[in-house]
Amino acid sequence: MGDVLFTSAIDGLLIGVIYGLAAMGLTLIFGVMDVINLAHGPLIALGMFGVYLLFTFLGLNPFLAVAIVAVIGLLLGVVIYFIAVNRVIDAPPLSSLLSTFSVNMIIIGIGTAMLSTSSYNVDYSMGTMDLGFFRAPGARIAASLVALLTTALLYIFLYRTRPGKYIRAVANNRISAELMGIPSTRILALAFGVGVMLATVAGGLIATILPINILAGGSYELKSFVIVVLGGLGNPLGALLGGLILGLIEGIVPVFMKTTWVPVIEYVLFVLILLVRPQGILGAKE
Amino acid sequence: MSRKWIFVALLVLALTLAACGGQKATEAPKAEQPAATEAPKAEQPKATEAPKEEAPAAKEKTVVIGFTASQTGKYNVSSTRQTTGLQMWMDDVNKAGGVKLADGTVVKFKAVSYDDESNKDRVQELYTKLATDDKADFLISPYSSGLTAAAAVIAEQYGIPMITTGAASDATYKQGYTVVYQAYTPASRYLTGAIDLLMNLDSNAKKVAFVYENSKFATGVNEAAKAYAEDKGLDVVLFEGYDPDTKDFNAIINKIEAAAPDAILGGGHFQDGSTFARQLYEKGTKVKFISLLVAPPEPTFAELGDAAVGVTGPSQWEPAAKYTPESAKAAGLEWFGPTGESFTKAYQAAHDGEDPSYHVAGGYAAGLILQKAIETAGTVEKDAVLKALDATDMMIFFGHIKFDTSADAHGLQVGHDMILIQWQKEGDKLVKQVVWPEAGATAKPIYPIH
Repeated sequence: MGDVLFTSAIDGLLIGVIYGLAAMGLTLIFGVMDVINLAHGPLIALGMFGVYLLFTFLGLNPFLAVAIVAVIGLLLGVVIYFIAVNRVIDAPPLSSLLSTFSVNMIIIGIGTAMLSTSSYNVDYSMGTMDLGFFRAPGARIAASLVALLTTALLYIFLYRTRPGKYIRAVANNRISAELMGIPSTRILALAFGVGVMLATVAGGLIATILPINILAGGSYELKSFVIVVLGGLGNPLGALLGGLILGLIEGIVPVFMKTTWVPVIEYVLFVLILLVRPQGILGAKE
Repeated sequence: MSRKWIFVALLVLALTLAACGGQKATEAPKAEQPAATEAPKAEQPKATEAPKEEAPAAKEKTVVIGFTASQTGKYNVSSTRQTTGLQMWMDDVNKAGGVKLADGTVVKFKAVSYDDESNKDRVQELYTKLATDDKADFLISPYSSGLTAAAAVIAEQYGIPMITTGAASDATYKQGYTVVYQAYTPASRYLTGAIDLLMNLDSNAKKVAFVYENSKFATGVNEAAKAYAEDKGLDVVLFEGYDPDTKDFNAIINKIEAAAPDAILGGGHFQDGSTFARQLYEKGTKVKFISLLVAPPEPTFAELGDAAVGVTGPSQWEPAAKYTPESAKAAGLEWFGPTGESFTKAYQAAHDGEDPSYHVAGGYAAGLILQKAIETAGTVEKDAVLKALDATDMMIFFGHIKFDTSADAHGLQVGHDMILIQWQKEGDKLVKQVVWPEAGATAKPIYPIH
C-alpha cells in the first residue's frame, strides 16, 4: 500500500508541474490585464502540434522543439494581443471574453479542417527510468524537469529583469505605471505573449508524453481554471501549487477508488474553493 | 469584495462558454462533410443508369443502402476501414452486374452515407434522415456498439432491415428487435479465447486484472469475460473501467502494478487501447500476458514498435483465417462470396499492400449477408428478405454466419467465432500471428512476455 501511494504521488506531482505551467499562462494574463483568455485550450493544442510537426517532419528532438515552440508562442501571443485584446482591454469584461472566445473558435476551426480531430503521437522514447523505489518513463521525468525550469525562468524574468518588473508594475497599477513612463500597451502585449508562451510550452511538453489531438487542449484549459481558482487568481506561484495539488489528486485518488471519480473530486473541490475561499489558497493578486 | 464576485461570475461564464465552444467549434467544419461524401456517390446512379439505356429489356432496380460513418471523432480509424469494406463489396457486386432476381430484375446497390462524428445523437438524426428523406431500403450499422444501439432503435421504428457490423455488444439484440442482424461475434464471447489460451499456456497463472474502457461494448465484453474467468477458477485482482477519453493511464498502471496480476485483459477501442499498451511498456510494467480489445488487430498498432511486441488481441477476422469453400464443405455449410485470399489481394492492390483489418472484412461481410438474403428471397421485399436472413446458415470468408431467431435474442450472431492474434518480432519487423485457436495458429505464442 505504502509503495503504491508513494509511486502514485510522485507520478501525480510529475504531471502536476505541467498542469501548473499551463495554468500559469492563464493566471498571468488575468493577473496583469483582467482578461480571461478563452483561447487558452486551443493555444495549448497549438503547442502540442508545434512539437509534433517539428519532431515528425524536421526530426528535431522534441525538447528542442519545445524551445522553438516557446518563441513562436510568444510572438503569436503578441499578435493575438494586438488583434483581439488591445481594443477591448478597457471595455466591460464580456467583450474580452467574447473576443478571446472568437480566437478559440478560429484556431479550433482551422485546426480541425487541417488536422481533423484524430489523435497523433510524438513517437519519441527516452526509455524507462528505474530508480529502484520508483520507475517512470524517461520522457515524463524530462518533461516535468523542463516545466520546473520554465517556472524558474519565469520567476527570474518577473523579478530580476526590467521588462518583468514593468509587467508587475502594470499589473499592480496601470495608471501609475504609465505615469512613471512605462509603455503600458507594449508591456501588456508582452505579458499576453508570455502567457501564451507558457500555454504552448505546456502543450509541447504534454505532446512528448501523451497522445494529442486538436481538441485535447480543452481538458487542460478546464484543469487550468480549477488550478487557478485553487491557487489564487492572478498568482503564478499559486498556479504551480494548484497544479501540484491537482496532479496529486489524479495520482492518489485512483489508489482508493475508481479512476472515474477523479473529475468528480476535482470539480467538487473547484466549487468548494469558490464558495469558501474564492481568493484561492495563496490569495488573489493585489 | 465586489471584485471577488466579478471573478466568480467571470469564471462561471468562461467555463460555460468554453464548454459550449468546444462542441460548436467541432460541428462547424463537419457540417460540410455530408455534402462532400454525397458528391461522389451522386455519380453512382448515373453509372448504373448507363447500361439501362442500352438494354431496356432487363428491368433494373437500384436499392439504397443507408449508413453513417465516423469520418471524424474517436471512431474515425475503425469506422473508415469498415466503410471501405462495405464500399468494396458494393463495387464488386455492381461491377459483376448486380444481383439477378427470379423475375429477371437486376438489383444494383447505391450507398447513401453521412458523417456521424462518432456521436450518438447525430446517429439518430441521420438514420431518421436515411429512413425518411433518403428512403433507404436497407441499413448497415455505424461502427461501435454504442452508435449501433442508437441506430437500431431507428431501424426498428421504421421496420428497415439492418445488418450490424463493428458492433459486438449483446444488449442490442436483447431488446426484442426483429429487423436487426449481427455480423460480429457478440461481446460476451470476445475475450473468452484469451482466457482459454492463458490457461492452456500456464496452469500457474491465477491472477487476472481487467482494465477496460467505460463504453457499452467494452463493459459488456469485460463483464462476460470476468464471469468466464471466475468460472474457470481464476482470481480477478482488479476490475476497473476508465473514461473513454483517457490519455494518461499512469494512475491505473500504478494500481495494476500494486495488484501484481499475471495477465492484463481489457482495453476498449483503438485510441485508448494503443495508448494503454504504449504506456504499459514505457512504464516497464512486468506482466506475463496482455490481451486488449480492438487495437492490437489493427495494422497501425505496429506503429507502437517494441511496445506492441507480445500484445495479443481478439480479432473477428484475419487474412490468415482459414475459412474456405473446403472448410465449409467439411462443416456441412453452404459457401458464399469471394475467398479470403481474393478479398485480401483486392484490398492490398488498392491500399499499397497493406493487409485488411477485420473492420474492413466486417464491412464487406455485412454486404455479403444482405446480398445472400436478397438472392435467397428472390426479391427485395422487406418481409421476404427478413425471412431469408432468419434462415441464413452459411460460411463466407469472414466465417460461419447464423443468427439467433428466438424472441429473446433475435438477430444475435451465433455462428461466428473469434481468433486471437499476437504481435511478434521477426528480425526487425513486427508480424501479426494467429495464436489461437490452436487449429488455426500461424505461430507459437510468446509467453511470458516479460
